[in-house]
Amino acid sequence: MCLGVPGKIVEITEENGLKMAKVDFGGIMRETCLEYIPDAVVGDYVVIHVGFAITKLSEEEARETLALLQELVNIEEELGPEPGAA
Amino acid sequence: MKYVSEYRDAALVRGVIDEIRRTVTRPWTIMEICGGQTHAIVRHGIDQLLPPEIELVHGPGCPVCVTPLELIDRALAIASRPEVIFCSYGDMLRVPGTDKDLFSIKAAGGDVRVVYTPLDAVKIARQNPDKQVVFFAIGFETTAPANVMSVIQAQSLGIKNYSILVSHVCVPPAVSTILGSPANRVQAFLLAGHVCAVMGYHEYPPLVEQFRTPMVVTGFEPLDIVQGILEAVRLLEKGEIRVANAYPRAVTFDGNKPAQAMIARVFMPADRKWRGIGTIPMSGWALRPEFVEFDAEKRFEVGEIRTEESPVCIAGLILQGLKKPHDCPAFGTDCTPEHPLGATMVSSEGACAAYFRYHK
Ligand code: SF4
Repeated sequence: MCLGVPGKIVEITEENGLKMAKVDFGGIMRETCLEYIPDAVVGDYVVIHVGFAITKLSEEEARETLALLQELVNIEEELGPEPGAA
Repeated sequence: MKYVSEYRDAALVRGVIDEIRRTVTRPWTIMEICGGQTHAIVRHGIDQLLPPEIELVHGPGCPVCVTPLELIDRALAIASRPEVIFCSYGDMLRVPGTDKDLFSIKAAGGDVRVVYTPLDAVKIARQNPDKQVVFFAIGFETTAPANVMSVIQAQSLGIKNYSILVSHVCVPPAVSTILGSPANRVQAFLLAGHVCAVMGYHEYPPLVEQFRTPMVVTGFEPLDIVQGILEAVRLLEKGEIRVANAYPRAVTFDGNKPAQAMIARVFMPADRKWRGIGTIPMSGWALRPEFVEFDAEKRFEVGEIRTEESPVCIAGLILQGLKKPHDCPAFGTDCTPEHPLGATMVSSEGACAAYFRYHK
């Protein structure tokens, strides 16, 4: 139950007074409660746990992290393997 | 940006592992708290790819594994009642109580239903006004926002036949218990990213200070996990005692404030017993007195509960990082996912089940 997965909000709805959404998980649609992400809009990616969005993913942070890690790997390729490295 | 495939890029993962190899100069023991991370680590063989200096030990962050036997037996007693529809997350169905599990109650004709979210349990209560609908509200900080909202929803819709059986536990008191143990071997923690997505990570700097142990907020994809390990190794090698955030796309220092506010409105801190570990003071949540009418423990008198754990099971030591599944004499022989003796073999997030499935 703890494997929260990211999905994309495709439609925002309301049910029994709760802010809800249809969320797309790589083709599978799920009804999700958006009460805890009041500023979420269609197109946002959110992490879902047991039917509730608990956080909105930051594209800027995601790009930055990936770029840093990519740089690490690139430097390594440029330098070649360390002498004596297995 | 899909937020999934990018974090499973094998070349990047290997590149980060190479960087870990270049950074490490001596042995370090690192604990990942979260069962979801344990599962991912073993499944992707990350533990095998790491340099030999780094030992990963698996923590108590599997809600199914730490839910105490007394509570499971209580759930079984409530679920057996003819007037009850008992709703649960799927992973609880096969957790062994003292002499049966929820699945066997269902097989014997009990109305036990698996729900994806507690809001579905509220719906079932609305559709079945002549029945008592009980939801098994277990978990860490990640399921709490959903579980408390189901209570608020039932209250605002005037639903009187809904209650929850609460067994909520929190990560920081477990971290403190593990680090405070004289037998502790953990030198750095990977903090559970989604717990921190809800709660933020402001609870951890005092623990980092008190126990002089660095901690890294870590996500769940393979790249997230190796990045978390790299960050932990960097802190350890430099002797830097602080909390680092290796999952910034999902986690902020403050966390999800609306969720925290709702949890605080419905729950209050309480002592909790952890299966295999024992009682940890103020280590979880219970319903506030204002919500007593939604408390299944108060609503159903089930008499005295006597529990008996399997005498061979060492799940408690495994959950504290003191032993590994292979150290258990029953592992893979008397105890398998089909015939689990302990909770760490039942849940897919449990260390014994992950080792059985992927390590052999
Ligand atoms: S293998 Fe089974 S009996 Fe042994 S510690 Fe794990 S759950 Fe308990």
